[in-house]
Amino acid sequence: MTDSEVLLETPLASLHRELGGRMVPFAGYSMPVQYPAGIMAEHLHCRAQASLFDVSHMGQAELVGEGAAAALEKLTPADVQALKPGRQRYGLLLNEAGGIVDDFMFANLGDRLFLVVNASRKHIDLPLIESVLPAGVTLRPLPDRALIALQGPAVAALVPTTLTFMGIAEIEIAGIKVLASRSGYSGEDGLEISVPADQAEALARALLAMPGVLPAGLGARDSLRLEAGLCLYGNDLDETTSPIEAALTWSIGKRRRTEWNFRGADVVRDHLDNGVKRLRVGIRPEGRQPARGHTVIQKDGAVIGEVTSGGFGPTIGAPVAMGYVARDAAADGTAIDLIVRDKPLPARIAPMPFQPHRYAR
Amino acid sequence: MTELKFSKDHEWVRLEGGVATIGITDHAQSALGDVVFVDLPEVGRAVTIGEAIAVVESVKAASDVYAPIAGKIVEVNSALVDNPGLINTEPTEGGWFFRIELDGALPDDLLDADGYAAFVDTLA
Repeated sequence: MTDSEVLLETPLASLHRELGGRMVPFAGYSMPVQYPAGIMAEHLHCRAQASLFDVSHMGQAELVGEGAAAALEKLTPADVQALKPGRQRYGLLLNEAGGIVDDFMFANLGDRLFLVVNASRKHIDLPLIESVLPAGVTLRPLPDRALIALQGPAVAALVPTTLTFMGIAEIEIAGIKVLASRSGYSGEDGLEISVPADQAEALARALLAMPGVLPAGLGARDSLRLEAGLCLYGNDLDETTSPIEAALTWSIGKRRRTEWNFRGADVVRDHLDNGVKRLRVGIRPEGRQPARGHTVIQKDGAVIGEVTSGGFGPTIGAPVAMGYVARDAAADGTAIDLIVRDKPLPARIAPMPFQPHRYAR
Repeated sequence: MTELKFSKDHEWVRLEGGVATIGITDHAQSALGDVVFVDLPEVGRAVTIGEAIAVVESVKAASDVYAPIAGKIVEVNSALVDNPGLINTEPTEGGWFFRIELDGALPDDLLDADGYAAFVDTLA
């Protein structure tokens, strides 16, 4: 992104300004990184009550027509065809080399599939999906819909639904018809709410008027997902990373592991059968000093990997990170050194999530 | 209380009897956000103007802190190790970083409070 390029705005842009959001460029959009409360307070508030995040920059789309699920399975090792109506699942789009093109959510809405992809990848994902569709299956981008995440333990009482974790349905909130899934990116219970752009601000205002709901920016979204051990595409996942290396093997459907009929299946199968050279792991630095993305990881003086996301975990009260290390150094408790400003910072491989998930399963 | 001087790197300097107490400005702490860690220089180290001698880490990012004057580090604020949030809550008091025994005169490009406020306005 260069300064000369015009940043896109979400339907909540004027609300962000009114709330004092500090706007930064992100994936081509002007987005609030934080509000006056600050990242720490916004993060802790989400864990304690409920926070509203504007994630309208993400790509929403529908896949319609006979054979839509089978078509999507050409690109993802997830089981799309067995997903029941009213359910949502996490999946990966792969390239021919088994590398991750994007991670995304897909949902079965009965008569169609609903997709949510990353903002930074939608210009790649949507043409890619389009390219594998048979006659009769249509991809419909939904640029006129906003996406609002309401996350935190108070959400269930504020917006009661019959949904369980990863359930999705059309419901009404404050008189506005929305598509809500019981999911999110914070590790907490909550909803992701797709709403027509022209009703997004009214919905956001109605949610913010509920007791204990405060706005939170992308800064808190990032620290929350890191504590929850969730990947950020572009940091922790990219086109050179396989699902097995990324420790996302669970997202591969059981049936798909017998059929091997998705793009990149050869590499994925080889990684499953013969193991991988590197693995995504959690990392706990000693002391208070955070290690950021791209920090080199050493063990006994030899380079064994790199941090891909790192920062301070406000709920943990300590620095947390994730990254990739050589397979033989990936066991929990392994002592490593993070090279921060040319000095070794002692750390250990640690289980994720750092903060236990509190989903409504 | 001696009048504060300010650098364009967003540090404040309070010179008292040849020793300058130095920290980061309210503008700087606000831009950084919640501070979670500081890496302070060693006492006794000789520093030159513009040398990166400390690091301040917020939830978001790491930033260098530069020596706004030349001299010798004579004291660091060890309270920041356990309570780096002091930098946010009282940036020009309890949130000070280090003290430098001034070598020579104060650089003449340090700003007074009005000059610094005007400088910050040009950044917006």
